[in-house]
Amino acid sequence: MSDPRPRQQDGADRPASEAQSPPAIELRDIDKSFGPVRANKNVCLSVRPGAIHGIIGENGAGKSTLMSILYGFYEADRGEILIGGKQTRIRSSRDAIAAGIGMVHQHFMLVDNMSVVENIMLGAESGAILTSSVAAARAELERLERDYNLDVDPDALAGELPVGQQQRVEILKALYRGAEILILDEPTGVLTPQETEQLFRILDSLRKQGVTIVLITHKLREIMAVTDDVSVMRGGEMIAHRSTAETSKEELAELMVGRKVLLSIDKQAPQAGATVLAVEDLSFVDRAGVPRVDKVSFAVRAGEIVGIAGVSGNGQSELLELLSGIKPITSGGFSLMGERFSAGRSLDPAAMRDLKVAHVPEDRLRSGLVRTFAAEESAILGYHRDPAYTGRIFMDRDAIQQDCARKMADFDVRPQNPNLKTANFSGGNQQKLVLAREISRDPRLLLVGQPTRGVDIGAIEFIHRNIVSMRDAGSAVLLVSVELDEIMSLSDRILVMFEGRIVGEVPAHEANERLLGLMMANAAPERSGVAG
Amino acid sequence: MDDLLFNLLLSVDATFRVATPLILCAMAGLFSERSGVVDIGLEGKMLAAAFAAAAVAAVTGSAWLALAAGMAVSVGLALLHGFACITHRGDQVVSGVAINILVSGLTVVLGIAWFARGGQTPSVSNEARFTPITWPGAEAVADVPIIGPLYSELLSGHNLLVYVAFLIVPLTWWVVYRTRFGLRLRAVGENPNAVDTAGISVSGLRYRAMICCGLLCGIAGTYLSIAQNAAFVRDMTAGQGYIALAAMIFGKWRPVPAMLACLMFGFLDAIAIRLQGVEVPVIGPIPVQLIQALPYVLTVVLLAGFIGRAVAPKASGIPYVKER
Repeated sequence: MSDPRPRQQDGADRPASEAQSPPAIELRDIDKSFGPVRANKNVCLSVRPGAIHGIIGENGAGKSTLMSILYGFYEADRGEILIGGKQTRIRSSRDAIAAGIGMVHQHFMLVDNMSVVENIMLGAESGAILTSSVAAARAELERLERDYNLDVDPDALAGELPVGQQQRVEILKALYRGAEILILDEPTGVLTPQETEQLFRILDSLRKQGVTIVLITHKLREIMAVTDDVSVMRGGEMIAHRSTAETSKEELAELMVGRKVLLSIDKQAPQAGATVLAVEDLSFVDRAGVPRVDKVSFAVRAGEIVGIAGVSGNGQSELLELLSGIKPITSGGFSLMGERFSAGRSLDPAAMRDLKVAHVPEDRLRSGLVRTFAAEESAILGYHRDPAYTGRIFMDRDAIQQDCARKMADFDVRPQNPNLKTANFSGGNQQKLVLAREISRDPRLLLVGQPTRGVDIGAIEFIHRNIVSMRDAGSAVLLVSVELDEIMSLSDRILVMFEGRIVGEVPAHEANERLLGLMMANAAPERSGVAG
Repeated sequence: MDDLLFNLLLSVDATFRVATPLILCAMAGLFSERSGVVDIGLEGKMLAAAFAAAAVAAVTGSAWLALAAGMAVSVGLALLHGFACITHRGDQVVSGVAINILVSGLTVVLGIAWFARGGQTPSVSNEARFTPITWPGAEAVADVPIIGPLYSELLSGHNLLVYVAFLIVPLTWWVVYRTRFGLRLRAVGENPNAVDTAGISVSGLRYRAMICCGLLCGIAGTYLSIAQNAAFVRDMTAGQGYIALAAMIFGKWRPVPAMLACLMFGFLDAIAIRLQGVEVPVIGPIPVQLIQALPYVLTVVLLAGFIGRAVAPKASGIPYVKER
């Protein structure tokens, strides 16, 4: 086992600001194929030492593959890696760690039932017996926490920490191993706006201490907010390198997608009509006795989009499931176009569908689609009893196939092959398929959960336009999303949920990220007109 | 009154002897499952070791060679399990069951081929066995009230492997909670990704856990055939491997609680023998079958709700596939 902490020694005798220092990372003509798929094509990259370098690209653009090569999960088929100007062969995570590379993965690599200290020293223990290792790790951890302003309780169980803190543990893990290059893979996907801000502050202080940071993301805003340089990947190739100060969101989006993308949605003022959905004191208590939805009241009118913002896990999912008839109401109720639903009246999703309530579930793979079904089968799920698809006994395969082909053409689902297995479509195309299924029946109420989670920027634009056009056609839309940008650009009114309650309502034109962020943490100053 | 006390003493004494293979096996299973490999093949490994030990003892007359043979065979099977489950990512339960079935048949076949005694091995003389060790002064203090019987009956007079089993428990605890290997072992059973990204080989760790598991099962099997008994009899493990597995789950994958569960099973077994034929007022003699069924009934009852939810290591049973 190599010494986990070569950092202090190395750092001391190196000139702090060498004029012509070699790039921290240099990749030359990296090529990697998986079977017939070429995930990286002659990728070149040069990262300045002590800079925050963003790598942006759509899902499947090859960002993660590239970083996996850098961290030793894969070996490149061809190409060279130079770390600090020295040619380096990285065949395993161990080689990467030895070369001073640390990685914070999108899904944290923590052992939940172990303490922070144990997690940090795992794999970098100073000896075979733990007692002395723990003491050494604790001392080093204290130093790191002090130097980098990363506050974490060393004795807390990793699994019980909030995600923002878990991420800090991951960063500390990398620093503990002497990382001088830190790769962060989609680090903000699970964070609240406040946590994201904290993370950016941490990254900034790391940069000041000379750590080189590679930030992989598909969020343009983050690139603009923290990076010094940015590289754009598309289809496995490195398309462009820019200095962040000299580029714009629009340019980057165009480079990512390969065509012009409208980042903001042009929409008319809402023409709100009659109330479609009126929710009154709706509550849901789970089996453990925890109120997940707590006396929620609001209304959605025809022709408007009401957005529900909130950190994931604050009752939004349950609210959608109540309204779509999946979960039973504990108390209170709601009326839908005059029909009243309350506790005791058993709901079922099929009955709700008959009332023209369409539901795009939050987790398309768990409750929106069946991965192993053909696309044409996934495209009629829930509506499979419709006489249009069924004969007297057997299903009408031809009708189903034609129906799916039509939906695919209308919603630009690629590849346009109704027989292809659902799992073989990309996330964006799967989502379009779900949307096509739900929207194409002119619902009166459209319930949408996380419509663009894991969806490419090009598809996001398309999905957003469709949701707005549903509204313009007179549907009532209830949108749940953890992406504040999405909520702010689509909604006409925004409700914020916190611990099952609605803690505030803001008209879309008054909303900004800071205000919503504070409300999501239930830390907003008292506002007049707060609902709930 | 004295009689009852003495009977209880003898029961506890018997408990130690019955619980020994259970404890060894439970610790073996603990190493395996903590690393994320479900081991239903404890039974098979123990049986194979019992046969190997008895066969070597019969041929060479050396208990130590027998122990070495038992451990070697058991480790071999553990590595086979590892090869199927770790290297080739096979189903761990299927592999374990396959080992059990294989061993159950193979020991008898080899026994007949080599010794021609219907699957049994020749009984070995005391020199080739692990025989009870009398502690110094045990005879002398035997008549001292209370302390005497405790010392001479309970502590003294067991064979070496019984003491080994009870020493293995704190040793297992120390290894799992106080060493680098233990830290990594616990981590690899919970989240192998964390171990992999920390630059440690997941397979390497799991193979090492398999070896620990094999060694301990080997001692357990050796104990059965040449310490507790003097020969191998077909299927002589009689489900003790499964009981040990259950005890380990009772103990929630922790060494000391697992040992206590083994002792409880052992105690029930010991009093079952003593209770046979005892007359209970009104009911009459307790049916033998009822008493013999007691440990299993208790297993069901306890598993059904008395011990709380047993949370297995999270990655247990899942082959590790490097994610992209």
